[in-house]
Amino acid sequence: MELVLAVAIGVLGGSGVWLLLRPRTFQVIMGLSLLSYAVNLFIFSTGSLAIDREPILSDDVPPTLEHYADPTPQALVLTAIVIGFAMTALFLVVLLGSRGLAHTDHVDGAE
Amino acid sequence: MIDALALLPHLAIAPIAVPMVTAAIMALLPEPWHRLRLALNVASMGLVLAIAAALAAWAHARGAVVYVPGGWPPPFGIALVLDRLSALMLVLSAFVGLCAVVFAAARWSRAGVHFNPLAQLQLMGLSGAFLAGDVFNLFVFFEILLAASYGLLLHGSGRPRVGAGVHYIAVNLAASSLFLLGTSMLYGLTGTLNLADLATRVPHVLPADRGVLHAAVALLALAFFVKAAMWPVNLWLVPAYGAATPPAAAFFALLTKVGVYALLRCSTLFFTPAPAAVNDTLLLFGLVTAALAAAGMLASQRLAPLAAFSLISSSGTLVAALGFGDAQVTAGALVYLTSSTLTASAFFLLIDLVDRWRNSNATLEDEAPFLSASLVADEGLNLDDEQQVLIARPFPAKTAFLGLCFLACAVLAAGLPPLSGFVGKLAMLSASLAAPGEPARAWLFLGVSLGVGLLALVAVVRAGIRHFWAADRAPPALRFAEGVPLLALLLACATLTVLAGPALAYTRAAAQALHSPGGYAAAVLGRGRELGR
Repeated sequence: MELVLAVAIGVLGGSGVWLLLRPRTFQVIMGLSLLSYAVNLFIFSTGSLAIDREPILSDDVPPTLEHYADPTPQALVLTAIVIGFAMTALFLVVLLGSRGLAHTDHVDGAE
Repeated sequence: MIDALALLPHLAIAPIAVPMVTAAIMALLPEPWHRLRLALNVASMGLVLAIAAALAAWAHARGAVVYVPGGWPPPFGIALVLDRLSALMLVLSAFVGLCAVVFAAARWSRAGVHFNPLAQLQLMGLSGAFLAGDVFNLFVFFEILLAASYGLLLHGSGRPRVGAGVHYIAVNLAASSLFLLGTSMLYGLTGTLNLADLATRVPHVLPADRGVLHAAVALLALAFFVKAAMWPVNLWLVPAYGAATPPAAAFFALLTKVGVYALLRCSTLFFTPAPAAVNDTLLLFGLVTAALAAAGMLASQRLAPLAAFSLISSSGTLVAALGFGDAQVTAGALVYLTSSTLTASAFFLLIDLVDRWRNSNATLEDEAPFLSASLVADEGLNLDDEQQVLIARPFPAKTAFLGLCFLACAVLAAGLPPLSGFVGKLAMLSASLAAPGEPARAWLFLGVSLGVGLLALVAVVRAGIRHFWAADRAPPALRFAEGVPLLALLLACATLTVLAGPALAYTRAAAQALHSPGGYAAAVLGRGRELGR
């Protein structure tokens, strides 16, 4: 499981960085989205990976991290997803504005 | 009967809450009620300024004050920490914000729809970043202030602003990803995000995990470098600030200081005493940034890039000063930070007035005199042959006002006596020479900052000669609402000079507290124990 997650983060992050450096605005925004997926998965993984463990305390399970998933990274990743989503939407609007004003989708507004 | 003193702790959240509520109200007001929005904007900024001043006095008397909005004892839940440094930054941001919105009231706030709510949200993000007691809230407030700054940068629209905005947003979103990566790595290592808790746990990270810790801190530092406009990740700043509307650019002068603040806060909390690698990195990148920015100032043909480069050079000087890891140097740097932020804001506002005055009947040739129409250098250019007969003329008061303001900006930017730029630089440089460690570092710092000051002086004075010693021109149209904030910013610098003693005493106390982070940690965690009982 660790390997799969690590490869997923690596592939998403690598593609994200590559697309971010491309000259078309659509590629840039896709790159930023992929990069934020990679970051979100990374944050999620810092709570260490576990199967069938809940983040919420229940009475019949002793209250240590051995028996539960760490809730903090889950809360963090939720916040990060919301912020990342909002920023991507905002960036999309600016990109459309730039496309309309410059009549090109090059990031510099000129070919 | 409500006890006023019992309410005082709750004031700590007011710098965040007041602008948030004001922004929400303003966003709901219909467009024709423009004057009401402006009045609300100015009133809210003024209120936050008054509250911030009260908080600064309180923090100065008490040291670090911890406010726990949710009632969860730290290190759990959200804690706002107010110490002398954050109080200073709060006062500075509210004051610069007030000057920017008063200036914008005359003209620029009508260039787009939502200037007023965005300015409030910007203030909210700044206040939150300065008060945040944990790394993740620092990230969240960074995003709030960045989101507001995207809006403010695009205020007025137009192709240069949108073009610069695309780059600015892309760079900052990428930097935010790095910030998140660093934050989550720190959490994975230490199991906490609370700054005070981190300060106690980072020294105890196992040697086997030190590599990951260094990677996490390096990612955070890179994210802060982007915000603080450090070389080599500062190429976004000049086009963005040059294209922004002047009041927005004046407000943005604070944004680079948020990066410096975050660097100072995290480096002192995590690494005291700082390892040589941290100090050398800060000093090296700071000096290179300052030197390249000075070269950029010399190369600037227009005024807006000149101001943007001077902002970068002050940022570089500040980060280099942090590289000494010495309380006395940091104390001087905090005075310089205050002075250079006020100067940069005043400069951006002044440039608007000067540009408008010149451009009333200007051509491209006036704006970029040594360049041809396609903005490349003219061949065979001879600057020495232009001569005009000098005839005495009456000198309009408004021209004199602009000229004197420009002179003050030049003196401040170069760090010449008698104004506060000199006080800050003198305090930094003299303390760096007395600081423990290799004297070569101090001499290098001294040489580079004095050299940068000289180049800044040459660049600004050259620009001043071109703009003010020109032939016949009608006196500038200067509105009261535009002259007052400019004058207020410069008078604040003058006040900082006159009151340099108390100011230095305050920043010394702030720097002492920063460089002995035990007090900060004890205040936050002690408050946690108090609440936990």
